[in-house]
Amino acid sequence: MSYLAKPKFRHPNLEQNALGFTHRDYEGAISTLCAGCGHDSISASLIQACFELDIEPHRVAKLSGIGCSSKTPDYLLGQSHGFNSVHGRMPSVLTGANLANRDLIYLGVSGDGDSASIGIGQFVHAIRRGVNMLYVCENNGVYGLTKGQFSATADNGSKSKGGATNMDSPIDLVSLALIAGATFVGRSFSGDKTQLIPLIKAGIAHGGAAVIDVISPCIAFNNHAGSTKSFDFVREHNEAVNRLDFMEGREAIKLDQAPGTSQDVMQHDGSIIRLHKIRDDYDPRDKVKAMNYLQQRHADGELVTGLLYVNTDPRDLHTSLNTVKTPLNRLGTDVLCPKSSALAAINADYRAG
Amino acid sequence: MNPTEPAGADYWHKVVDCQWACPAHTPVPEYIRLIAAGRYADAYMVNWHSNVFPGVLGRTCDRPCEPACRRGRVEEQPVAICRLKRVTADNKGDIQDRLPKPATEKNGKRVALVGAGPAALTVARDLLPLGFHVTIYDGDAKAGGFMRTQIPKFRLPEAVLDEEVGFITGLEPELKLGQRVDSLKALLTENYDAIFVGSGAPRGRNLEVPGQDQVAGNIHVGIDWLASVSFGHVEKIGKRVIVLGGGNTAMDCCRTARRLGGEDVRVVVRSGFEEMKASPWEKEDASHEGIPIHNFLVPKSVTNEKGRLTGMIFEKVKAEYKDGKRSLVPSGEADVFMPCDDILVAIGQENAFPWIERDVGIEFDRWGMPKVSETTYQSTNPKVFFGGDAAFGPKNIIWAVAHGHGAATSIVKFTQGDDVAVRPATGIAVSSQKMGIHEWSYDNDIRADKRYKVPHLDNAVALKDIRAEVELGFDKHLGFAEAQRCLNCDVQTVFAPKLCIECDACVDICPMDCITFTANGEEAELRTRLTAPAPNEWQDLYVSTELKTGRIMAKDEDVCLHCGLCAERCPTGAWDMQKTLIEIPQASASCRSQ
Repeated sequence: MSYLAKPKFRHPNLEQNALGFTHRDYEGAISTLCAGCGHDSISASLIQACFELDIEPHRVAKLSGIGCSSKTPDYLLGQSHGFNSVHGRMPSVLTGANLANRDLIYLGVSGDGDSASIGIGQFVHAIRRGVNMLYVCENNGVYGLTKGQFSATADNGSKSKGGATNMDSPIDLVSLALIAGATFVGRSFSGDKTQLIPLIKAGIAHGGAAVIDVISPCIAFNNHAGSTKSFDFVREHNEAVNRLDFMEGREAIKLDQAPGTSQDVMQHDGSIIRLHKIRDDYDPRDKVKAMNYLQQRHADGELVTGLLYVNTDPRDLHTSLNTVKTPLNRLGTDVLCPKSSALAAINADYRAG
Repeated sequence: MNPTEPAGADYWHKVVDCQWACPAHTPVPEYIRLIAAGRYADAYMVNWHSNVFPGVLGRTCDRPCEPACRRGRVEEQPVAICRLKRVTADNKGDIQDRLPKPATEKNGKRVALVGAGPAALTVARDLLPLGFHVTIYDGDAKAGGFMRTQIPKFRLPEAVLDEEVGFITGLEPELKLGQRVDSLKALLTENYDAIFVGSGAPRGRNLEVPGQDQVAGNIHVGIDWLASVSFGHVEKIGKRVIVLGGGNTAMDCCRTARRLGGEDVRVVVRSGFEEMKASPWEKEDASHEGIPIHNFLVPKSVTNEKGRLTGMIFEKVKAEYKDGKRSLVPSGEADVFMPCDDILVAIGQENAFPWIERDVGIEFDRWGMPKVSETTYQSTNPKVFFGGDAAFGPKNIIWAVAHGHGAATSIVKFTQGDDVAVRPATGIAVSSQKMGIHEWSYDNDIRADKRYKVPHLDNAVALKDIRAEVELGFDKHLGFAEAQRCLNCDVQTVFAPKLCIECDACVDICPMDCITFTANGEEAELRTRLTAPAPNEWQDLYVSTELKTGRIMAKDEDVCLHCGLCAERCPTGAWDMQKTLIEIPQASASCRSQ
């Protein structure tokens, strides 16, 4: 970690977005994670994605639980809303916040311990309810804060830094998210920002429960030979099914790809995900095939990355509950707390039935 | 691109923009750090070794280092390098025991120096400790040359000059002051092993307009007039003074005139205000003393009334640009008349070598300048070397010093019978600054402080006393604050590709977006693919060998803050902060060859 604040000076020719901000305006406090932590690259990717999407920082709410990963929201979007919740309880806090103010962009940041162990119930239920959010799991396969014990996502047979072999079966967060009904599922690698950044942008634009599982090597405790979450292992076994460009609806669509090699997927909000196919037969709109493919490749020891599944017409929690379109914080007391006559009317309605 | 590693001394030297730009290659960040540490004497000696006159230069230097300073590309203003140099001189205390002693053993070689200005004195300082017998000739009674006669005392107090000249005369050269050399031929017959000519550019250009002859007594050539003031021969000037010319001599003339009774002193220049040759800070100082600068006015004639100067008529001109060349053409407006009692002419200086016979083997070019090598300072007579203004025309003191060092090296080689064209190699001392996981032996906490202003003496006091120094200099407190603005560009980001695991930590933390991991390519194309644009082509890209993923690391040196965060965030130590102390060789008994 570094003690110094990052200097405020910036490159004089830095690109500005539509709001006149540079990517540096989306930074937070300096990271206190170990030097070289994959999580820092994910923070940088989130910063870059929000910068490129011209998001006003005050329109974002970033929520997290406990763990190395859950510290990272402090290191990005210093001018956004933030909530560091109880271990594994981020999804329910996020759900509540979303119900109260549906106008914000919800960014849930969690890790493999927070999501796959203590918070696994919360994880699946937020997804199955279709909460409109981007849930990023910074997955390093170990408990870094407690010095490197295997986490629930550690692969069977992988070795710890101390030499112990993991005998338990791993929880695959991507498969779990698909089964739970996530309408946008991706997997990426902290060491591959060109894949990760557009994936984050597409996930933010997605109108339902979007989950991205990001393999993020733990430099201190899980970057050795025998680990399946090390830089070297992931680089060797990374099987990207596609790479993508993300275009917001207002942008002109450029046709610079030869037909057959790319596929445009329009999301509900008009944004377009242009997939540069690496696996020709892979269609991220076919959930059953996607799940089959993931299981096959996993059995072969490969790590499938890219946009794995997208439902272009997702249903979100507010639609299911038929909630009011206006965020609750903008409704007056008279609407939020109707007079006793309103209660009397409701009761009368039941009695009449 | 080819990998930068192993980067040589020149590569690292170039990253230290200030040192690279300094003609004498003073290790600027090194002495600025010593100021911050309160080690003023050490900081002074670092300067003295390179530029010989830190106290003088800290007040008068043309500061080629400051426009080059990286800080000026990161925020509005560069570090006040020049005035920090003065801080070292003001606070050094007694440094006598750190100075070289007169040589106890002589090497039997005799060298004559013509002139006792900065170039010749530098040659003397470099040669005397080596055992040379050095004889210095100068027409004036005291050593110092133009530093003494041209620079007003309110900018450079005599005591400062005396002290630093004294450090050299303390090495016991043979001083022949008050003895102007009238004939090089005669000097050559005295069988010196080498002769160095550092006689300056002593002739000021005069005006050539109708009417000037009748009032010649009130039209003065600027540099001669300044010398007369310096010697105390002139103590007064008229109330209304016109100073012609836009260089630093004009600025010295007008400010001196203000102190000798000039009330309405004005500077008139042919060109536009922006194109004036004077340093911006000297123009600022003049205007601070209530001296207006009138531009685009060309002297037309001088008017008089019964032989008494009454004023000057100017033609109004405007700038016209054709094929990138500027010419001044009449604007068509009415002529301008300015009344005055005296005119000071500071429109340029010329070299003059009436004392060099044309048959002593020294060739001159068509401008009347001797043909001198820019690397060895040797003339076409191998025994005779030139430096300072005498070699290449009027420049600043720091150039004279640089020439002096170069010529001294040549003289050592020449008198040893070596080839003067083979120059000694630049040295480099590299040392890691790492002291702990995030602890460095330099202060890497980048301050956002804006450039500090040097306090000035109040005008009311300053204008009354021609000897009262106007600039008060930074005190220790301000000196420390200004020193902390230095980015320590000599503490370099050194990359070890073999250790890199390509985790991107350095890319993410770099506050200036200097670092990119990408596929290799040709430089011009590679520059377009970096994290942030790299348009300054005169700033190098630092390129690694191929990494595990087949990519390379490319770092744009342009706006690197040298904050060391890349090295702090690097998990494997692939980045390290290493101080590169560049040693520009000076004359020594065995001038090591490149």
